[in-house]
Amino acid sequence: MNQVDIQRIVEKVMVELETRVSRQLKENIDEKECEKKFHYTTFDWLTSVPNPKFPEGIDELRKVTPARIGVWRTGTRPLTKTILKLQLDHAAAVDAVSGEVLDSLLEEFGLFTVETCYENKEVYLKRPDKGRVLTEEAVKTIQEKCVKKPQVQIVVSDGLSASAIEANLRDIYPALLDSLKVNGLTQGTPFFVKGGRVACMDHIGEILQPEVLVLLIGERPGLVSANSMSAYMCYRPRKGTVESDRTVVSNIHSGGTPPVEAGAYIGTVLRKMIEQKASGVRLEL
Amino acid sequence: MKTTITLMGKTYQFKGLKEIMAKANEEKSGDQLAGIHAQDAQERIAARHVLSDLTLADIRNNPLLPPEEDEVSRVIEEGVNEKIYASIRNWTVAELREYLLSPNVTNNEISHIRRGLTSEMIAAVTKIMTNLDLIQAASKITVETRCNTTIGQKGRLAGRAQPNHPNDHLQGIKAAIFEALSYGVGDAVIGINPVIDTADSVKAILNMTKELMEKWGIPTQNCVLAHVTTQMRAIKQGGTADLLFQSLAGTELGNKAFGISVELLDEANELILKEGTAAGPNVWYFETGQGSELSADAHHGIDQLTLEARCYGLAKRYNPFMVNTVVGFIGPEYLYNSKQVIRAGLEDHFMGKLHGLPMGVDVCYTNHMKADQNDMENLAVLLVAAGVNFLIGVAMADDCMLNYQSLSFHDIATLRELLHMRPAPEFERWLEKMGIMENGKLTSMAGDPTLFL
Repeated sequence: MNQVDIQRIVEKVMVELETRVSRQLKENIDEKECEKKFHYTTFDWLTSVPNPKFPEGIDELRKVTPARIGVWRTGTRPLTKTILKLQLDHAAAVDAVSGEVLDSLLEEFGLFTVETCYENKEVYLKRPDKGRVLTEEAVKTIQEKCVKKPQVQIVVSDGLSASAIEANLRDIYPALLDSLKVNGLTQGTPFFVKGGRVACMDHIGEILQPEVLVLLIGERPGLVSANSMSAYMCYRPRKGTVESDRTVVSNIHSGGTPPVEAGAYIGTVLRKMIEQKASGVRLEL
Repeated sequence: MKTTITLMGKTYQFKGLKEIMAKANEEKSGDQLAGIHAQDAQERIAARHVLSDLTLADIRNNPLLPPEEDEVSRVIEEGVNEKIYASIRNWTVAELREYLLSPNVTNNEISHIRRGLTSEMIAAVTKIMTNLDLIQAASKITVETRCNTTIGQKGRLAGRAQPNHPNDHLQGIKAAIFEALSYGVGDAVIGINPVIDTADSVKAILNMTKELMEKWGIPTQNCVLAHVTTQMRAIKQGGTADLLFQSLAGTELGNKAFGISVELLDEANELILKEGTAAGPNVWYFETGQGSELSADAHHGIDQLTLEARCYGLAKRYNPFMVNTVVGFIGPEYLYNSKQVIRAGLEDHFMGKLHGLPMGVDVCYTNHMKADQNDMENLAVLLVAAGVNFLIGVAMADDCMLNYQSLSFHDIATLRELLHMRPAPEFERWLEKMGIMENGKLTSMAGDPTLFL
């Protein structure tokens, strides 16, 4: 082996090494790239007009509305990320409707479960009337387990969004109990209604005859939030109660009315209902 | 009136027109909720056989809701031209279908016979038409209307810009209007659904949109879709409204639930003609949708398609600029899935057009329906083929105030390109002047909302 050969071998090894190192580097970079891609944040979905007339204008316009504007296009079609974000938000809403509240969550708050006559999710969606009436078994269970004629009856229901309960119950429920205490109110035996509609309050009102009833129920999911909850309240709910007799705090979720705040507020509303012997449009808040 | 039929060895006996009409419908969850639907697939077709053999006189002589009991029925009855009715009264519903689809029958002939038709007759023929029947028959009918600008011409597809905002923030509404305009949408109307139903707030939105139209010289019309009484107060306080809006139901009781009556609409009509800001003569924007009567418990056991037709009978009285069926908004208890929404969209569009109305459709769905954006894209293509006057456009289809999805500005632009449709003529000229459109195509400037800053 002469000097030239050695030189060649060294060069070859060096090239080989370099390629390996650069390949390894590249792999590392790719991994980081992948990791980034699997943790999408709002920024990753953000598309924008490439050459706007007023470059600072796009942000200015976006700041004043949650509408999906300034998203740009390919031809007349939206960009891929814009479409995927829309599909993702819709998917979350669809899953919220078809989902179920985990038993473990209900156990945490000592809530037992009864059902309405909804049968299954399809019937629930097609026949709102069935979600307003509890099954015979449910009536029996409630009569056995619950304190009759309580001052405040708390009821939780999945309604149109199981994920609204999953997302908010841990925050709203303790805050609600605190606010009852602060307002000097006592509650009966709380429970969970599977497949409930708002007016199931009336049937429960007939069975337990509470002075006031508060129903925490999942709202029809929107794309902004699939986890929005409402608190419907009524003074002496009974069969034939009309919608205008109910008081509602809606849009309860982390991006709307914060659940802790809502819980703290509900106690005050319930106290005023009892004081004024009224709810809904006749209640002065 | 014949109410019995034997098919494949089985005899079906119907109690009367109401039952025949209900059972002849395509499957709809709303008819099931009302408990008036066909019990099985064959009973549905049996009802359709019986219905197709009834004469137009049978339908008129057996009112589903007698005029003595309901003012919508009275409005429909008063609208009938007796001479034209007499000339077609012995036609069967089947003959009416075949007449509408016959190649010799054009917009002229249809415009003539519609004056002899009641809403119930139009509902009846719709029930025995297939989807493609509904598309072909509707595509023959042209209904042009004029407010500040004219829409509805053949080869034109207008769009409503629906720039709603969750708390009526004026700058926020404006931002979404800019986005709509930059995609060439807003020629039908710039129409805002307000959250706050007060005269002050409605007036503020009316005046903001009007100023915007004046500043940029936009040839269109404005409207704030509050309750009609709120709009009336806003107008009396100086609000600048081109169009008055109201949702309609197909029964007097249903309208009562909406807080309106024929008397109130007549009064509003007088006001907008006197104090509206548009050239006219068409100054109303109505919305409808199958199922609203049942949801107000005001359906009298009548099926939702027939009640929808009756909304159009009422709308006709006011020569509206635009009528929009918000087809998938009401929810799965009335239209369960995309198949039902697509069918209802085609039915409503056809029925409105046969009434002589400037029909548009809010191609839409809620998140608890078995439908998605692909279904809406499909229905939109079908409706443009059927000659729909206008479609609703929302930024990326997501209405951040009403929490449902419609079509996007992109979709309307795509439908125009794909199916060779143009915006309303005056609006198209404006788009060209703004550099947004050229020879019917969006330019590279389109899609930039900062054009209007």
